[in-house]
Amino acid sequence: MTAIAVTHLTKRFGHRTAVDDLNLAIREGELFALLGQNGAGKTTTIKMLCCLLPPTSGDALLLGDSITADPAAVKQKLNVSPQETAVAPNLSVRENLVLMARVYGCDRREAHFRAEEMLQAFGLKERAGDRARTLSGGMQRRLSIAMALISNPQIVFLDEPTLGLDVRARRDLWKVVRALKGKITIILTTHYLEEAEALADRIGIMHAGRLQALGTPAELKAQTGAATLEEAFLALTEEGVS
Amino acid sequence: MRMMAFAARNYKELVRDPLTPLFGVGFPLVLLLLISTLQKHVPNEVFPLEQFAPAMAVFSLSFLSLFAGMLIARDRSSSFLMRLFASPLAASDYIAGYTVPILPLGVAQSAVCFIVAFFLGLPVSGSVLAALAVLVPVGALFTGIGLLMGSLFSEKQVAPFSSILVNVAALLGGTWFPLDMLGGTLKSISYALPFAHAVDATRGALAGDLASAVPHLWWVLGYTVVAFAAAVWAFRARMRSGEA
Repeated sequence: MTAIAVTHLTKRFGHRTAVDDLNLAIREGELFALLGQNGAGKTTTIKMLCCLLPPTSGDALLLGDSITADPAAVKQKLNVSPQETAVAPNLSVRENLVLMARVYGCDRREAHFRAEEMLQAFGLKERAGDRARTLSGGMQRRLSIAMALISNPQIVFLDEPTLGLDVRARRDLWKVVRALKGKITIILTTHYLEEAEALADRIGIMHAGRLQALGTPAELKAQTGAATLEEAFLALTEEGVS
Repeated sequence: MRMMAFAARNYKELVRDPLTPLFGVGFPLVLLLLISTLQKHVPNEVFPLEQFAPAMAVFSLSFLSLFAGMLIARDRSSSFLMRLFASPLAASDYIAGYTVPILPLGVAQSAVCFIVAFFLGLPVSGSVLAALAVLVPVGALFTGIGLLMGSLFSEKQVAPFSSILVNVAALLGGTWFPLDMLGGTLKSISYALPFAHAVDATRGALAGDLASAVPHLWWVLGYTVVAFAAAVWAFRARMRSGEA
């Protein structure tokens, strides 16, 4: 079943077209990586799909609900882990989790129950009472993803979840993301191509606001005759390629 | 319920931030103690406690702009607001969620200011309650200005703008000296702004002269409405732009 159906999605800022007639279907339970250079249009696409930014034209259905006609219904189904850690620094780890559960409509008891589940699942139990600002970068990222999952979303957007992390923290976070595969639909944006190759079922490459290529890592390499995903990405996003 | 959860978070963020007690209570109290000590040694008409304590209460509330502005600006720069914008919280929940926890802080700041003033010799009377009531809209005024600054400016910009606001509010509010000393034009400017009215309303209420406080209060309320309307407009514009 289709989780996200994007049709002719377009966003213009004045004369500049940030996203140009995007058409895309993402399956339920799929881990879809959206790649592109800076300014390619991936963040604008994600913002439109999260109902943070209205499209200039076109639409997207998230599990049947339109981002233009019924953003409230869409928002109840999704959650997002932004590029920055986006945690409340003076709240404890547990308080951050409880806050997000309550913002999504849980009563106090349910929110605390879910927070305990997340603390356990994400290995944050020992730091539950510590202020979020005292956590390491890797732990803050883990908390950020736990905050995105506490509302039991059917679709989650992970915007560069491993940006700035050391190798071990990145690999730890990969394990977390892999454990989610198949259970919920995940849209991942990243600049690390090895991350996309290691985690994603399919990859979409955006260039100058358009979806330049779409397929599994193997399909993208075959399409360009490249030995690595990085070479395939460079070939597909070269200046002058359209 | 969603708004209250968000408001509770904002309250915790504020009270756990060391800036809050330092600037909201500590700094005005040090000034109150300092000026009162000076007054004892060099008595003059400018700084009787009955005039200076309410001015200090207003001065302490001017820091609410800093607290509100920094809170929003930090939430924007850390993308915490973007996370919330993607949630089912409604636009009205944000302004209410930021405002609700700040007002009790303002009342507490004002109360501490008067309690210390009692120890310094301010006569204990029921009119302090009237002064505290007058200070609620004054706190709302500074909160509204802070919400506007937090919506418009970055984290680095909020601090200097707040500093300018605090100084302008104190100088043109008649905190340090009577506004008659400023002369015609500056005095007219002072009374075209809300700060002198906030100080005069509080002084009037503390003196038990509510009739003199009410006209000044209307000025404060008018500016409060304008500040909140501008803050709501700026915040909604942020939300529509997709950029927290």
